Amino acid sequence: MSVIPAALATATAMAGAGAVAGFVLPYRLRVPVVGVLTAGVGAAGGTAGLAATGGSRWAAGLPGLLPLAGAHVAVDALAGLFMAVAGAVVVAVAVYGIGYAAGHGSHGLGSRTAQAVLPPFALTLVLVPVAASVSTFLVLWELMALASLLLVLAEHRERASVRQAGVWYAVMTHLGLVLLLAGLALFAAKAGGETFAALRAGAPTVSPTVRGLVFVLVGLAFTSKAGAVPLHAWLPRAHPEAPSPVSALMSAAMVNLGVYGIVRTGIDLLGGGPAWWWLGLMAVGGASAVYGILQAAMASDLKRLLAYSTSENMGLVLIGVGASGLFTAYGNRPLAALALAAALLHVVNHAAFKALLFCAAGSVLRATGLLDLDRLGGLRSRMPATAGLFALAALGAVALPPGNGFISEWLLLQSLIHGLQVPGVAVAVVLPLSVALIALSAGIAAAAFVKALGVGFFARPRSDEAASAREASPLMIAGMGLLAAACVALALVPGLLGDGLDRAVSAVGLPGTGAVSGGGVRVRLADISASLSPLWVVAALAAALMVAAGLPRLYGRRRRRANARLWDCGGGAPTPRMAYTATSFAEPLQRVFDDVLAPEQDLNVTPVRESAYLVERVRFQRRVPDRIEHRLYEPVLRGLAGAGQAARRLAGGSVHLYLGYGFVGLVVLLLALAVGW
Amino acid sequence: MSTAVGYAAVAGQVVLVGAGAPVVTGWMRQVRARLEGRAGAGVLQPWRDARKLLRKEPITPVGTGPAFRTAPALLVATTAVAAALVPLLSTDTPVSSHADLILVVALIALGTMALALAGLDTGTAFGGMGASREMTVAALVEPTILLSVFALSIPAGTTNIPAIVSGAAHEPARLASPAGLLATAALAVAVLAETGRIPVDNPSTHLELTMIHEAMVLEYAGPDLALVELGAQMRLTLLLGLLSSLFVPWGIATGSSWVALGVALVLFAAKICLLGAVLAAAEVFWAKVRLFRVPELLAGSFLLALLAVTASYFLSGVS
Repeated sequence: MSVIPAALATATAMAGAGAVAGFVLPYRLRVPVVGVLTAGVGAAGGTAGLAATGGSRWAAGLPGLLPLAGAHVAVDALAGLFMAVAGAVVVAVAVYGIGYAAGHGSHGLGSRTAQAVLPPFALTLVLVPVAASVSTFLVLWELMALASLLLVLAEHRERASVRQAGVWYAVMTHLGLVLLLAGLALFAAKAGGETFAALRAGAPTVSPTVRGLVFVLVGLAFTSKAGAVPLHAWLPRAHPEAPSPVSALMSAAMVNLGVYGIVRTGIDLLGGGPAWWWLGLMAVGGASAVYGILQAAMASDLKRLLAYSTSENMGLVLIGVGASGLFTAYGNRPLAALALAAALLHVVNHAAFKALLFCAAGSVLRATGLLDLDRLGGLRSRMPATAGLFALAALGAVALPPGNGFISEWLLLQSLIHGLQVPGVAVAVVLPLSVALIALSAGIAAAAFVKALGVGFFARPRSDEAASAREASPLMIAGMGLLAAACVALALVPGLLGDGLDRAVSAVGLPGTGAVSGGGVRVRLADISASLSPLWVVAALAAALMVAAGLPRLYGRRRRRANARLWDCGGGAPTPRMAYTATSFAEPLQRVFDDVLAPEQDLNVTPVRESAYLVERVRFQRRVPDRIEHRLYEPVLRGLAGAGQAARRLAGGSVHLYLGYGFVGLVVLLLALAVGW
Repeated sequence: MSTAVGYAAVAGQVVLVGAGAPVVTGWMRQVRARLEGRAGAGVLQPWRDARKLLRKEPITPVGTGPAFRTAPALLVATTAVAAALVPLLSTDTPVSSHADLILVVALIALGTMALALAGLDTGTAFGGMGASREMTVAALVEPTILLSVFALSIPAGTTNIPAIVSGAAHEPARLASPAGLLATAALAVAVLAETGRIPVDNPSTHLELTMIHEAMVLEYAGPDLALVELGAQMRLTLLLGLLSSLFVPWGIATGSSWVALGVALVLFAAKICLLGAVLAAAEVFWAKVRLFRVPELLAGSFLLALLAVTASYFLSGVS
């Protein structure tokens, strides 16, 4: 029982020491010391999380810590799961981060500010799920947002686009905070208490309208943090511009907390709700899944691709959470537990492979200075370890066996396919569509990651920078190795997670399903069954691969492989410029989804001066803008700017006018009070 | 359950798909040749081609990497594992509890992806073009396949293929229902796209600009090419076999007798030959559609699959 508070106290102390070390120590010492302390924060937090998923619970009130209300903390299995994931990611990324920041000068991630903020950011990632009252939660949430904002801005001297991304992130995360504050304050006021225990107890007495309003407000804030459409616009800007270890932390640990928030408030504190909440959540999830992965398939910036893929995966998780709520609303609790378990398993899997993908992208950036897939290529021979690790993580991301993503998507599909037992026309329409959206996103994800791996790492270098790439430093590879080990373990023996997952699902009041256990994944509910044994699949594939590879050797007469020039249909050895680029690879998909993506293209033909028929120069430009941003955000921003301009006329400079405003304001306030009383 | 018969059935399925696939392709080419008024090269020609290719020197084009070298074996391996899982001969095998339909679909997709990566690995324009087109088609086929899986698993209550097949064999009304027929049609289109047949792709084309599958594998030669061709042929046989198992399940052994297994073997060969002949005959009369019309075809099959799911929901009286 005492493991959790001790571990959390250790994590806090280490984060404090790390922050001080980041400020005080000189550059050479700063990076390794802060890295080790950050890894310590992750290890301690992860230990606390593991203890909680193992069945321990802990709750305490710390009255002196925050003014007025005091801080309340509690750890149950659900919080423990998210803490363990965040802790594990922090440990691996901290090890990677030492190698990433060391030897690259005392700016960017190696700077005093960034190194001082990194350990507290890691701490907030672990501590947000610990909060057990509205004020504690909001304080930790805001600390997390501020720390991540400072880290996103770490490289602001190097690129102007970092500053723009920082502004977007700051504005959107604070809009989210306002929504969250409004929603939770309303909830606390109506439920008669601000601790989670009081909210849970008071939720049934709150009127359905208020509950719905709370869910919508809080849901918007949390889906924005999770990077789901339509409030995702910060994510594809902030993740690519942040230093790679920070992107990995944000994409693999921070966005998860949006999911945590929805599960905690929607299912646990509000105690579930009517079907329309969950149908809305599934719609948001489905739209994010398909829109996110479509944008990822179009992106030619490697980190932008990965960021949009985060949006997709969080969309899949939200579909699972929404399905869980929907099944609860219709009274099928075992199925709801299955859907939630699938969603949580996907959170874990996504954290493992996405952190690895961002770290590998960071290694590419360090080695070449490039993230543009169109200029990369040929890295597999120059950086074999990074390429291999990227391939392993990509296998997880495309949700095909034997990757780890397949297991959670399989479980999610099972819960949806069997969901038709639940009566209701809405269910009958929504579930098949969800299955189709998941399938479509899986298919496009395969295309997106074939593009990332095939264009970025295979073939031949398309630029001098890519041709002279060097393998990442040993510490970076070690950090990635930890994440790769996690991916492999999750892919082969997901049963290790089984009990923890069950306890996390039970923590929100649903029955445990035992879906993931021992050697495989098994679904056994009333009259449905299905099972999957990842180890068996891997063994069979390995055996078949050996036989297939040995077949030509047995029969063939000549065994030595001879080298030969590329044939290319007799065209002779092609230059790297003739190879397919990321843009050309994505072109057919872009054409198919033309109406959704609305690409903008620009063709400028300059004729020779003497004749209009002879062309001197052709300039072709095509962009695939984020259409939601285009259609939703720009009008709002224009409206705001217009309103701001118009409001200037209110301040004419006359003192009489200002006194008049004061008078009118006072009268209105008094009238409002008089009427309201 | 007698395990000996079960293991024999699994081994039989893998060997049948592995060794029979070239014959199925040869048979289809022969049917097509006769319909077009040609003599044809004989049913065994793909086997002779494979033997010739296997004897040649293995070639590694300069500038390609491990992805290019392992893709052919991976393609064959994924198809072979899928062949072990799908109940082509018997629903009562030692692996039948693992035979999940989603897993089989994913294994086939894994083979596609390996080949697409190999196409990109060559760094040639044609390789990339083929990979890009193949992944586009694969991405669009995926929803249709999974929705058909959904439609088929509603009456059976599971995505386990042996359970679906034996359920349908005992209750033929499931197949004649609107849901069953719609799912058949949808899955048939998806199979055409997955195996790269007309109208989606022309397997015997010699014009690089219209190629999908062939463009990815242009750089392969010798034993590697033999494996790629074998993989493609195995995939065709397997998917035709899957179609016949799901929609014409009669004759597949459900118990553990040697006689039933023998009958299943003969009936399987007959069903595949018939399906292959129908497909070959249809290809004589169809033309390949333009690449950018393919999505329309796939959208149509997606609609059929969606109708199948809703039909099976509303007609099964659950509501």
